[in-house]
Amino acid sequence: MFADYSTSELMSIFAMQGFAGLILFSVFVLMALGLAIIFGQMGVINMAHGEFMILGAYVTYLTSNVFADYMPSLFGSYFFIAMILAFIAAGALGMFVEWALIRHLYKRPLDTLLATWGLSLILQQIYRSVFGAREVGVTLPDWLMGSIQLTDIVEVPINGIFVMSLAITISLIVAILMYKSRWGIQVRSVVQNRPMAGAVGINTARVDRLTFGLGCGIAGVAGSAFTMIGSTGPTSGQLYIVDTFLVVVFGGAQSLLGTIASAFTISQAQSTMEFFLSGSMSKVLTLLFVVGILMLRPQGLFSLKVRR
Amino acid sequence: MSYAGFKTLFPKSDLIGFAVLAVILVIVLPLAVDIFRLNLIGKYLTYAFVAVGLVLCWGSGGILSLGQGVFFGLGGYGMAMFLKLEASSPENTAIQSTPGIPDFMDWNQLTELPWFWEPFHSLTFTVLAIVLVPSLFAYIIGVAMFKRRVGGVYFAIITQAVAAILTILIIGQQGYTGGVNGITDLRTLNGWDIRSDEAKYIFYFLCVFLLFVCLGVAQYVRKSKLGRLLVAMREMEDRVRFSGYDVSNFKIFVFCLGAAFAAVGGAMFTLQVGFMSPTLVGIVPSIEMVIFCAVGGRLSILGAVYGALVVNWAKTTLSESFPELWLFAMGALFIAVVMAFPNGLAGLYSKYCEPYIKQKLKSFRAGRGGDVMAEGVAHERQ
Repeated sequence: MFADYSTSELMSIFAMQGFAGLILFSVFVLMALGLAIIFGQMGVINMAHGEFMILGAYVTYLTSNVFADYMPSLFGSYFFIAMILAFIAAGALGMFVEWALIRHLYKRPLDTLLATWGLSLILQQIYRSVFGAREVGVTLPDWLMGSIQLTDIVEVPINGIFVMSLAITISLIVAILMYKSRWGIQVRSVVQNRPMAGAVGINTARVDRLTFGLGCGIAGVAGSAFTMIGSTGPTSGQLYIVDTFLVVVFGGAQSLLGTIASAFTISQAQSTMEFFLSGSMSKVLTLLFVVGILMLRPQGLFSLKVRR
Repeated sequence: MSYAGFKTLFPKSDLIGFAVLAVILVIVLPLAVDIFRLNLIGKYLTYAFVAVGLVLCWGSGGILSLGQGVFFGLGGYGMAMFLKLEASSPENTAIQSTPGIPDFMDWNQLTELPWFWEPFHSLTFTVLAIVLVPSLFAYIIGVAMFKRRVGGVYFAIITQAVAAILTILIIGQQGYTGGVNGITDLRTLNGWDIRSDEAKYIFYFLCVFLLFVCLGVAQYVRKSKLGRLLVAMREMEDRVRFSGYDVSNFKIFVFCLGAAFAAVGGAMFTLQVGFMSPTLVGIVPSIEMVIFCAVGGRLSILGAVYGALVVNWAKTTLSESFPELWLFAMGALFIAVVMAFPNGLAGLYSKYCEPYIKQKLKSFRAGRGGDVMAEGVAHERQ
């Protein structure tokens, strides 16, 4: 399949597809980070994660409309406000869901899967009733439009670069939170040994709620970023949920670094193959590859060495 | 089978349950509803096959598969391929640029039948393939996963990914599979029109018969030593392993059995509904099949049948009249079944109805016995 292209063309193709893959990578990372916290740290399977992301996307859409109608002069900066609002909205909903639903099910992980799937159906229908079944898109501010011309063939869109830097920033913040802050230590201790963590005075119920809220909040930010590169519909979230779970499992559920590495591998493999094969075949091959690796190495790429 | 063996296989309460279900499916429903509705019920019953398989895998064995749609689909596609080949005889497809191949292949510029379609000219091969191909596929997945001690949540996610892969593959390879429309326009089975009312009746009863075969097999598995080992594994896998059993083999077997049930259901679906499409294979239908099982009661094979019937009936009724309400109802059902009644309809029955019925029966018997005694006393006085 490479024979039809010259070497320089191939290089450009790889560069372009590599960059397109990086945008996919950013979305994966943002979604998977939230999921890695919830699934990896808490052991809860949140099938409604995609819907939390879409909530963030809709919040961004609403914010952009408000800015366009009432504060056109500030339109260039709406995205940052929207991101914060999306984080708060998704995080608050997440904490509510944890309180109402998840906390009763910590001992039954497979049941959280079914309950959150039900939740995702309800959320989808709410979105459909409120925002309509059609996909909505936001208007990008001027400074995010256009692209940078690197060589004759290779050009990179600015919104892609923006989403990417966003993903990197948030990953760093999450890493610092988890590994350097007091709260992160509490979360990890609750995960490793719940009764012991409670015995030394950690309020485990509160830690659980905050952790779940944070994971959902990050999903909301992912939704914000998602509006930069695609349009939003009630079922957009469901399209990503399987990929995201595979990203988390492939990376090794409890390792943030693993999540990022696997998001990178999967997105790059998919987007590079997409140029040479059809979109669906490249996705099939990528997923098969991931499932195959998982059968050989069930614990994922990076796993914590824990004695059980 | 000896009488005693039969008694242990079907204790009295189970036997009554089977009999009631048989009366409902064989006598009451065919008399009560018209052929259109009966055909719909037949369609619901095809999901009951999957649900019964899930009771074995998930309820007994603790293995939650979110990819049962894959096996349902493989069985259904096997049947559909045979029927499609028969429907695309050279005479029927004379207007195509390549007569004798299915219409969607012609539209996708295929000029000859792909190799894996060839054997489906034979009905014997098709029937064998419907059961064997999904079982083999389940065996491969099972060996790869269970031998490496992957289970629980990871197994669920990976089977879900397999469902996603198969759907994307079917939709993407339009020329070989019929794409997103699936395989449609199926007409005859060995020259016999499958769309007539008579055929629909026959398929309904065939479906009920096969369902009872599957129920019998499931009951046998549950009552055998294997069934008890499965429950033991669900509760404490390591102890079973330390007792010297190879846990993975039991898991593989029950997963394959569930897959075979699902495949039979899929084939019956194709026969009764007249098409097969990727919308029945993917993530959403697969997880819905789990809810049929959960609503019926994940520990009860008969409950699973009722669960499949009730949920699908509710789905049809609600989505006919209030399409928006349906997703809410479905979502609420998922949450309720997990939070409020984890053992489903069967659990509710054994908690509330069964004691009541037992007591009624007891007092009925006591009442009759009391009469006899009273008569005896009366005789003595005379």
